Amino acid sequence: SVTGACRAIQKLTRVRVVDNSALGNTPYHRPPKCIHVYNKTGVGKVGDKILLAIKGEKRKALIVGHKMPGPTMTPRFDSNNVVLIEDNGNPIGTRIKTPIPYTLRRREGEFSKVLAIARNFI
Amino acid sequence: RVSSDGKPPKFQPPPKPVIIDRKTQKEETRFLSPEFIPPRGRTDPLKYFMERKDMIQRRKVFNIPEFYVGSILAVTTAEPCASDKSKRFVGICIQRGGKGLGATFVLRNVIEDQGVEICYELYSPRIQAIEVLKLEKRLDENLQYLRDALPEYSTFDVNMKPVPRAAHEEIPVNKLQVRMKPKPWSKRWERPKYNIKGIKFELPEHKMKAAQKWSQPWLEFDMLREYDTSKIEEKIRKELSEELEK
Repeated sequence: SVTGACRAIQKLTRVRVVDNSALGNTPYHRPPKCIHVYNKTGVGKVGDKILLAIKGEKRKALIVGHKMPGPTMTPRFDSNNVVLIEDNGNPIGTRIKTPIPYTLRRREGEFSKVLAIARNFI
Repeated sequence: RVSSDGKPPKFQPPPKPVIIDRKTQKEETRFLSPEFIPPRGRTDPLKYFMERKDMIQRRKVFNIPEFYVGSILAVTTAEPCASDKSKRFVGICIQRGGKGLGATFVLRNVIEDQGVEICYELYSPRIQAIEVLKLEKRLDENLQYLRDALPEYSTFDVNMKPVPRAAHEEIPVNKLQVRMKPKPWSKRWERPKYNIKGIKFELPEHKMKAAQKWSQPWLEFDMLREYDTSKIEEKIRKELSEELEK
């Protein structure tokens, strides 16, 4: 049997890569999993950086939505969404079709390039 | 009757028929929002009285329309990070929770193949407008099973036009039976504790029978769980009508 997906993102959660990068979209026999959360607590929420294991390689990623209900008025997504990122914060893909919460806009300085490729905001 | 002077008795016209206009009588049971009814407990009713005063104050300034679980709403909220400072979200109301000023409702929609749910507080000052696009009820009070249903049942057009509703008509009940994705689901909706009537279960017979093992038929006869709200509701309705007339 398969364990149910975790609600917020921590080590070993399977995530869904949401941008149109080649790494995220080519099928592989193992789903992309989180191996480390860059946070004081090991729990990742929207706007946290994590280390992902995809296709046998390690990549950093940014969390853009999770299944856990957050503060009221913030959206709660039906899947744990993640955008692949490089070490300096540049996104690897060129377009993000899925909706992104407005709370990321507050940290415009760190995530400006990711927000620039996002299409809808929720 | 005794006839006077042997003449036939004076003509008595038949009594006028009493016309009972059913339509105007139905208006008397007006809608009372569920967050006004205090929950059963040992808290001081003064707390709920004070909350109700604040709720009425807010309702005088801002119109909160009548809606039920299953109606489609469009909510505009103030968003500091948005370009035009406001954000509009359209969705179906899945559940209404909380009592008093903390009353919330959750709207669900599927956008670009991604299911999104937002929990709004009814009395939050950040909400700028609530529009009811389609007013209807469903067979259940809680539509959380839509998360495990096929996504077509939760998709609603963002630019939907409001469906006109004739005034003083009964609220339509949508008897839609929803088809589910294959199991596993987030909760075992076939169990009798959820008492869901809005799902078309395509499970085999033996599974449905096995789910009935968890039924608790004694619960409906439990007198300690009874909570009769009719008198409380009448009092609150009176209070509301007095306050809103001021």
